[in-house]
Amino acid sequence: MNTLRSNNIEQAALSCVRLVKRYPDVVAVDGIDLEVRMGECFGLLGPNGAGKTTTVEIFEGLTKPDGGTVEVLGEAWGKGRDTALRNRFGVQLQETQLAEKLTVKETVQLFRSFYKRGRDVDSIINLVELNEKRDARVGKLSGGQKQRLALACAMAGDPDLLFLDEPTTGLDPQARLKLWDIVEQFRAGGGSVILTTHYMEEAARLCDRVAIMDHGHVIASGTPAELIASLDADQIVEFSVKGKVEKDALERLSGVRRVRANGDGYALTVQDIGAALPALLSELEQERAELVSLTTHQATLEDVFVSLTGRMLRDV
Amino acid sequence: MSEQGIINGTKIEREQVVAKAPEAANAKRFHPLWELTIARVRETLREPEVIFWVFIFPILLVFALGIAFRNTGPQKIRVAVERNETAASASAQAADALSRSSDLDVVELSPAEAQQALRSGKVALVVRPSVDEDAAARGHSDAANSNDVSASSRLSLYASFSYRFDPTRTESRQARMVVDDALERAAGRRDVTQSNDETITEPGARYIDFLIPGLLGMNLMGSGLWGVGFAVVNARTRKLLKRFAATPMRRSHYLLSFVLSRLFFLILEVAAVIAFAWFTFGFTIHGSLLGMAFLLLLGALTFSGVGLLVASRPKTIEGVSGLMNLVMMPMWLLSGTFFSSARFPNFLQPFIKALPLTALNDSLRAVMNDGASVMTSWATVSILLAWCVISFIIALKIFRWQ
Repeated sequence: MNTLRSNNIEQAALSCVRLVKRYPDVVAVDGIDLEVRMGECFGLLGPNGAGKTTTVEIFEGLTKPDGGTVEVLGEAWGKGRDTALRNRFGVQLQETQLAEKLTVKETVQLFRSFYKRGRDVDSIINLVELNEKRDARVGKLSGGQKQRLALACAMAGDPDLLFLDEPTTGLDPQARLKLWDIVEQFRAGGGSVILTTHYMEEAARLCDRVAIMDHGHVIASGTPAELIASLDADQIVEFSVKGKVEKDALERLSGVRRVRANGDGYALTVQDIGAALPALLSELEQERAELVSLTTHQATLEDVFVSLTGRMLRDV
Repeated sequence: MSEQGIINGTKIEREQVVAKAPEAANAKRFHPLWELTIARVRETLREPEVIFWVFIFPILLVFALGIAFRNTGPQKIRVAVERNETAASASAQAADALSRSSDLDVVELSPAEAQQALRSGKVALVVRPSVDEDAAARGHSDAANSNDVSASSRLSLYASFSYRFDPTRTESRQARMVVDDALERAAGRRDVTQSNDETITEPGARYIDFLIPGLLGMNLMGSGLWGVGFAVVNARTRKLLKRFAATPMRRSHYLLSFVLSRLFFLILEVAAVIAFAWFTFGFTIHGSLLGMAFLLLLGALTFSGVGLLVASRPKTIEGVSGLMNLVMMPMWLLSGTFFSSARFPNFLQPFIKALPLTALNDSLRAVMNDGASVMTSWATVSILLAWCVISFIIALKIFRWQ
């Protein structure tokens, strides 16, 4: 166990211990421990304001923590090796708007010039599939294209590690898929990725491991499968009714693990849907409650977050 | 694959990916400072307003001021003669006499109008004729006695005149002398000594010649501060500065790129104004072109340094605009762009001399108008250098990257 640990530290793309960042009105990061292995894609999952961006910006050396230690690719910030370290990772920030009057090629060329190593400009543009837009002004690009350009800038130095802060927020599904492909290609080349997101599908698709954050704390971490398994249930049944159904009665139904009020009805966390669904329907009939709607879905990371915090990820 | 293999696997795959494009592995790149500067120049040139403010506006300014203060021979002084009911002929004669003077521009006005014109500065002096009864009587007998033909054309001496003017106005005092002289001559005074005028026009002594170096200085200040200030704060609000801060880019390179890109525009800006002034007003440079170029270069560097300093903290365009006006206002007023700063009181002079625009204007005039060598302007050059270096260093220290 001990040897395995020390081995992990040697291989860590990033580690932080008891990380704290306080702002006058809020403790944005409240004692976080994380470790990301080389070659891994690690997701920080949580609602807006959970402290994800602050955490990542501490990792990127943009924000100084008030407490705790950070090591990125085996180096700590402020030890005289900052520039060497910055040469080894790439960054995509949440709100950056690149210069609109420059073209795609000029932008990539500019970022490429900052890094010691890296591919030539054209092959970086190829990587993010913007060849057709290479001479277009940044201001004329679509949201998805801008985001891919941001990714190109992040990859301009052929980095070992990529930080992506909400890379697909506001993109349509197709643009999102395209971006995911690029991130997966980068990983296939051996790169490590740390990304923040509040999209469950994104975390589930891209991440080997995730940490769920809320109010500056990590409230759960593990592989997406592990976290979903921790619900001890594989289906979620959501329904709404006209009339009254007691919560206690629902909790007693066979196969139901958890009950949560949800609008005019409830959301049930269910382990055995084959048993739970007939039981639910007969309960409703008994109570003379009229069923208005009923849906079921496979449990997701979203449900993990809801069961941990009682809140939905998206509406906070 | 063994456990060991997985750990090393990442490395192996990585090499394969790179191997697919070996020629691209470590591509040639230009120096980041060059790339940053070129990007700045491109961004600026693609902003259509810039072309107006940098090239068209200064030319319009030179044109307007050049026309307003053009040298069309010596300026005439405007004076008024009051129309007096009781001395109507005296008024008319006085006006006639004065209008023959090449230095005067005469109007006849009613007393009320004359008063108004004097108060509003439209005329420098008002001549008020009044009839002197005794003199009139004497004059009539004189005219009867001497059969002088010219007496009728001569200004009659039955009138006396009073001059109304404001003695604090130089022009008015000058008008007093010229008017009095003209009236006396018209009344028949003979000059005792013979004098004649030899007029010269020294090239480089016209107002336009004084104006051009000042305008160049003011343009450098304006475009340096606005050009740098807006671009920096804009990049800050767009979080572009933060993005750059996350790269290995050297921060001094970023700031330097603003200074260097200014040099590119400097050449165009200065060339446009000088060429226009030469073409339209026959403006010429008396000193060495090299000396002038050196001063303009130094001025551009200085004001982009000051621009960086002004833009080093503000988070909004509104914030930086206010600060920019605060910095430029004293220099617009005091630094002697449109008139010599020597007109300000003595206690202000040390402050005025320490301003970078005063230093630039003074040294530019020394070289461009007086043909002096840059060496003689060592004091103003050091003031500029100090502003340039100190503001750049402070800007780099306090610059807000996010």
